[in-house]
Amino acid sequence: MATIEAVAPRQYVRGPRRGPITRLLEDERRLAFCLMLPTLVLLGLFIAYPFVKGIELSVTDTTVGVPGKFVGLDNFAKIWSDDIFHVAVWNTCLYTLVTTIVKLVLGLWLALLLNRNFRGKAFMRAFILLPFIIPTVLSTFAWKWMFDPTFSVLNYVLFHLGIIHGRINWLGEPVLAMTSVIIVNVWRGVPFYAISLLAGLQTISPELHEAAAIDGARAWARFRHVTWPLLLPVTLVIVLFSVIQTFADFQLVYVLTGGGPANATQLFATYAYQLGIGTGLLSQGAAISLAIFPILLLVVIVQLVYIRRAETL
Amino acid sequence: MIEGAPWRRWVFFYVPVTGFVVALLFPFYWMIITTVRPDKELYRPWNAPNYAPFWTTHPTLEHITDLLTTTLFSTWMLNTMIISLAATAISLFCGLLAGYALSRLKFPFAGAIGTGIFITYLVPQTLLFIPLSDIIRNFKLGDSPWALILTYPTFLIPFCTWLLMGYFKSIPKELEECARIDGAPRWKAMLYIIFPVAIPGILSAGIFAFTLSWNEFIYALVFLSSPEQKTVPVGVTSELVRGDVFFWGELMAGALLGSIPVAFVYSFFVEYYVSGITGSVKG
Repeated sequence: MATIEAVAPRQYVRGPRRGPITRLLEDERRLAFCLMLPTLVLLGLFIAYPFVKGIELSVTDTTVGVPGKFVGLDNFAKIWSDDIFHVAVWNTCLYTLVTTIVKLVLGLWLALLLNRNFRGKAFMRAFILLPFIIPTVLSTFAWKWMFDPTFSVLNYVLFHLGIIHGRINWLGEPVLAMTSVIIVNVWRGVPFYAISLLAGLQTISPELHEAAAIDGARAWARFRHVTWPLLLPVTLVIVLFSVIQTFADFQLVYVLTGGGPANATQLFATYAYQLGIGTGLLSQGAAISLAIFPILLLVVIVQLVYIRRAETL
Repeated sequence: MIEGAPWRRWVFFYVPVTGFVVALLFPFYWMIITTVRPDKELYRPWNAPNYAPFWTTHPTLEHITDLLTTTLFSTWMLNTMIISLAATAISLFCGLLAGYALSRLKFPFAGAIGTGIFITYLVPQTLLFIPLSDIIRNFKLGDSPWALILTYPTFLIPFCTWLLMGYFKSIPKELEECARIDGAPRWKAMLYIIFPVAIPGILSAGIFAFTLSWNEFIYALVFLSSPEQKTVPVGVTSELVRGDVFFWGELMAGALLGSIPVAFVYSFFVEYYVSGITGSVKG
């Protein structure tokens, strides 16, 4: 069997007959252009154009149906001295900061719990994601009903556990309303953190843990010196995503409190909606929306710097 | 598992896990129980002596039948379904082509376009809804499903492209080169060799896109005005709350039924969905 059968090489005299379009698309650049075209048209028309339009609106005094004239930075000056806007900025920052920290801590905890082998793990993982996948508006209504001052099941439970003695008007008082909004946001976000962090945890080789354990590291030391440093890159990306989403949050507050009571839960987006769509002051609304942009830009820069660094590593 | 005594296992594992599961799932239980609870039990203050919140002795389907017969709920379901499917299809189509081009082809400005798409991926809807509402009005798309079918892809395409790029990069180049050597033109190699291998990625992206469109709220709220055009989240918010009166039974029935399509899709494709989430944050 030492002989190697000589196979006559296939004849590639000329490829199969090709139409003119196929021949045109053989050019890498031309093909790429055709493939990118639908995406660029849609994103250009409904992202880039609205962005330019937003800036244009924010320097005029347009209201619904009335084309405005150029007013320079008047709108920004107006919102800069607007007390409600100040409240909204403060609320948004507080809301983002608190929910992000709580979601990260609880999400990490849940991920560590799920990163063990136990019966029904896949099942549990599937159920835990429900708050994240069910439409936010719909699940927020369930919370609104649970927070109802007269019929609240939460009050019932807390009362019978002996924690409270009267009724709690969850959405009716400023601090409590903010707390309620934060609770619902955390409830919705924890599964996302947990599942993403769990995926990160699963890429960490168990041998590292074994080695650390042999060297005498207890559970906390293993987490602190093995798990956490390896998990940090994933965590950073998750946090950045979540910060943008939270900072620009709208639906949760719109359903739960509508920004009230007395603007105690007013965020950027709800205030922009209230002015721009509710009262029809398109330009002022656009200016408020654009105020989200610097934060977005900051996060994008961090992301890009971070990704570039990760790629060069 | 936790090492050590059984009590440690309870304190560090069973108790916290149970706590998480109860806290995360209780609102859904509450949704279901409220849906089937008759009105006279529903509106009983929490401190009334006969308040029995966690079960009902007289389950009723009255709220569901009410919802389906006296409101436009089934129309909203149909609208949402059509819009979500169409937006998902458009986004997958664009995302597949763009993802392939960005991960496999060399062309001028590829890097800049890739970065640009990544940035649009991070743009929240709330940044652009006001100028976009003006544009939609100018394009005469207001109050029609097309307003949403065309705008939803703006947040779905970047996501699909990003996810699929990751998939395409993991497919060995040789696979495509083999086909090319055998004389297949570029677009055929793409269509018949690369896309079929990326089917798990396409499924992940598609399912994710579908649930995102079903979930979308602010565009639907701003672009649609007549009740029969609305999607489920907007319809439930604006039509089941009249003035200050909340019809809680119908609202919870609407929330429950409106969640079912998403939950249904999700339950069949949990693994794809999870890989979509993890893929979406893998920079």
